[in-house]
This record gives sequence, structure tokens and C-alpha cells, in this order.
Amino acid sequence: MAKQLMKGNEAIAEAAIQAGCRHFFGYPITPQNQIPEYMSRRMPQVSGCFLQAESEIAAINMVYGAAGAGARVMTSSSSPGIALKQEGISYIAGARLPAVIVNIVRGGPGLGGIQPAQSDYFQSTRGGGHGDYRTLVLAPASVQEAVELTQEAFDLADIYRIPVIVLGDGMIGQMMEPVEFGKYKKREVPDKEWASTGTEGKRKPNIINSLFIDPDDLEKENIKLMNTYEEIAKNETRAEITNAEDCEILIVAYGTTARIVKNVIKIGEKNGVKIGLIRPITLWPFPSETIAKYASQSSVNSVFSVELSTGQMVDDVKIAVNGVKPVYFYGRTGGVVPLPEEIYENVIKKTGGAK
Amino acid sequence: MATVFKRTEMLVDVPQHYCPGCTHGIAHRLVAESLDELGVGGRSVGVAPVGCAVFAYNYFNCDMHEAAHGRAPAVATGIKRVLPDNIVFTYQGDGDLASIGTAEIVHAAARNENITVIFINNAIYGMTGGQMAPTTLPNQVTTTSPYGRDASHCGMPLKISEMLSTLDGTYYIERAALNTVKNIKNAKKAVKKAFQNQVENKGFSLVELLSTCPTNWGMTPIEALKWVDDNMIPYYPLGVYKDRGEGELK
Repeated sequence: MAKQLMKGNEAIAEAAIQAGCRHFFGYPITPQNQIPEYMSRRMPQVSGCFLQAESEIAAINMVYGAAGAGARVMTSSSSPGIALKQEGISYIAGARLPAVIVNIVRGGPGLGGIQPAQSDYFQSTRGGGHGDYRTLVLAPASVQEAVELTQEAFDLADIYRIPVIVLGDGMIGQMMEPVEFGKYKKREVPDKEWASTGTEGKRKPNIINSLFIDPDDLEKENIKLMNTYEEIAKNETRAEITNAEDCEILIVAYGTTARIVKNVIKIGEKNGVKIGLIRPITLWPFPSETIAKYASQSSVNSVFSVELSTGQMVDDVKIAVNGVKPVYFYGRTGGVVPLPEEIYENVIKKTGGAK
Repeated sequence: MATVFKRTEMLVDVPQHYCPGCTHGIAHRLVAESLDELGVGGRSVGVAPVGCAVFAYNYFNCDMHEAAHGRAPAVATGIKRVLPDNIVFTYQGDGDLASIGTAEIVHAAARNENITVIFINNAIYGMTGGQMAPTTLPNQVTTTSPYGRDASHCGMPLKISEMLSTLDGTYYIERAALNTVKNIKNAKKAVKKAFQNQVENKGFSLVELLSTCPTNWGMTPIEALKWVDDNMIPYYPLGVYKDRGEGELK
């Protein structure tokens, strides 16, 4: 398929269709509205189902039902709407169902604003809802990557029977870039023998459930989930590394912020400061080992977490660096996106420059 | 010896957890018999609620989902949209359907979602220990209305069948009761019709079943059956509230 110019939100929606998603349940909220709008146009063309739910809560529970019935299913929303979906996401995690949830993040808390933000890092990577669970969190930094990660999200969800969150920000959702859909290579996924599609009188009932009233049974379920999460951490942790060999300052940034930091690296080069970047592609599982490895280079004098928040991922960076080097934070929030110069100045101010 | 009565195929042969005198067992039986008689058990998918019927997924002999509190109609919508040829039903109590789940039931009904809803109204939260429900009658004593439900303080009960029958989308709404042999026979007809409608792709069908909760009402099972006659039926009249197959009857 040839390259085409597409808005991030629409590209994510088309990527889902390309990945075989034929059921989408959504609810309007800015800045992700082009996803349900696109789905409402496209789904009938591929004999799929787009349904606008009465609320985010209903939408995620439709996802729960559709996933339990064995479908490739997706919903999308933005921060306050994702908060409403957390109950359902917890149930999806508890019942070990595959589903894809797109969060095009906007500033918060509360109704917040509608401009790009990364203030849902905690919400996404800490489970968000109640109980001992994780979601696999993919953070694209371009529209092309959003396409490929959305396609892969469906495979990951099926392989591990887990809700997968594609965490974009308003910038990724609203920006137009050239994209290609044929680049992603499909992964092998298991059959859904657990799906509730009717017994046909040939097998025992399949029950989609997250209730285990006996504490021993519930503990076993939690351990099962934990084992899955460990397997995911082992197999799927991903980060992009730029200029980090022998760097003096190591920046950790994801999504839109990481793209801005690439320009910070260039400013550093002009000023004789070698800045490296680690861009987590999976926010959970977090690429702690990669960060630890590069942070412990003798050349590195400090590590920075740069975010569109007041400091959330920085906690994970600190855990990864584990006191080996000083860890600092710089961020703008509420929908304000910093310029590369601003980030550079603040990084230099904090570290006192190179060496 | 000839067998005159036996467990229906669509009920799993396990002890149920319901209290003595509770009518959930009868409601389960009516649903299971209907699925059996219509020959659709093998392609049925049920959705259990949160509340007394939370373990219904262990009792119906078909594929089941356990939904979050109140969300069963949304879950059923998701299932039905994936499996349009399957028979999809929810089984929900009054706290689940008429309180926390009002948005989901209203919109599933408005969409004329081709599902069957079995709504158990016993005017109280059973599983959590007898708190006030949206269907608790005025002046009825519960653990959170210890002086009786004061309508000036917490409003009047919801009449779900009446409410939903006003929506253009709904296909069939009937209220029946499980307190006498005659009422149970009528309830069976209503439940079976609600499933038959789905088989015929007619659309959203809901049967409200007035039920007992002797444990939380603080009555013997027999007193509870009589309480339905004396108090519930006068407030929640029985009958067909909507049947688009026959025009609006009430």
C-alpha cells in the first residue's frame, strides 16, 4: 500500500481495521473524536460494527462482552473518559480478555483541557482501575508508529489475553503525517478456545468471569496474571535508543516529548554537549534494564525525565537508575508543549553543563 | 416409576446458594425451561449481574459472562453484536438494573437491542444484606431505611416496566410475579415469549418478575409470598406493558 497523508486518529482507526478489528464501541470526547467518526464510516464498508455507546462505561462493557465472545475489539477515549473506563478495564484484565484501548491523552485533572499531555502515565502504567493488574502500554512517537503499534496491539492482546493500551497524546492524534499500512508483520496468535460463543451442546460452558470468592482461588488467579506479566516483561519490553553511547546527559522521554528531545540532542551537539535519549516504546513493561545500562556509563553525569506532566515517569526512571546517578525532571503540563531550546536550557541549568 | 418432573437440561446439576423461600430458583427454572423448549441452549450466552444472582453463571448450562454491577445490558450488547445468531440474555436484580445500571438498560432498550432481559424485582438489595433498593416501596423498612422509606427524603420507587415501555425502541415488556402457581404459569409464558421474540429477531424484550426475599424482608417464605400480593402487586401491577407484535396494550 502506498504512503498516504493521514491524521493520527484516523490512521489509528484504519490500523485497527487492517488488524482485523471489526467491532468498535466508542463515545465522543476531544481530542480523539476522529477515531469513532472514522470507524462509523469504515466499519459498514468491511461488514464490521461501529456502535456509539451511551457512555464510556457502557462502551468498555460492550468491549468486555465482545472480547468475551471472541472478537477483535477496540474502544478509544481521552483522559477523563479513560478514567470512566477503568472499572471495565479492570474486569477485562481480571477475566483475561484481549482488547485494545486507545487513550489520546489531554491535560487534567478533572475536566482539565483538550491540549496534548502525558499526565495519564500513572493511570496507564499502574493498572488504573482496582486490583492487582497491569495493562500493556504502547507509546507511539509518530503517526507511522501509532499505526504499527495499533496493529501489533491486537496481536499482543490475543497472545497474552490482556488489555493493551495505545497511549498517544493530543499531538499524535491530531497531527498529519505520511503513513504506510503494510509494514507491520503479523504475529502468530493462539485460538480463542475460551470464548463464550455457545456450547453447541458439545462442550462444557465457557464462563467469562473475574469473580473468585474463595481467597485461595483468587490468589491463584492473581499469580496466573503475575506470571503473564512477567512473561510480557521478558518478551515485550521495548525502547528506542538515540545517541546514548558515551553520552554525558541521558534523557528519558516518550511519545511527542521524545521527538522534541531529538532536537534537544542537536542543540547539545552545537554546544559540545553529548545528550543521549532513551525513548520507552512500552511504558509498561518499562525498559528499566536499558535505562540502568546506559545511566551507569561513566560518561553520564545525570539522567533526566522529560514529560508533559508534573513528573510521573520520573518515578520509574529513578527506580531504574537506582541511585547510581542523579535523576532530574523537567516538564510542562496542562497542555503546554515545550520548545527544544527551553528543555535544553533547563537541562543545562540543572546539571551545570557537561562534565 | 415414571418420571413426572426433572431438572431441565439447561440447569447445571449443582446446589444453588439461594436462601430458603427465595424465588430466584423459580426464575432460573423458567429461563432454563424456556431455552430448553426453544432448543436454543447450545447457542445461548447469558450475562449474570452483581447481586444475589451473581453466581448464575454456575447454574445456567450455557456459556456465560459475569458483568460488572449494572453493566449487563452493555455486555450483552457487545456479545450480541459479535454473535447476532446467538441467543443473548441478561439476568439482573433491581439494584443492578434499576439503580446503578439505569443508563445501560435504558439505552439497550432504546436501541431495541435484540436481547432478552430477565429483571428480578424484590424491592431490596439481597446480597449485601437488605439495603434500600430503587424499587423499595414507600415506608418499607430496610437496613438503610430503618424508619421506613421516606419518599420526601429519598424519592419514590422506579417502575421499570412502565418507564421502558414508553421508549419507542422496546419491543416487549411484561411484568409477572413468582408468588402463586397461577402467577408462575403466566411468568413462564412471558419469559418464553421474551426468548421467542429474540429467536424471531423482534428485538428488546424484558420480563420483570416480582420476587420474594424472606431473609431480608424478615418474613417466613409463606408470609413473603403473601406480601407480594398485598404490597408489591398493587404498586407494581402485573401485565403486558408493551408488545409491538400486538400494539400497545396498556
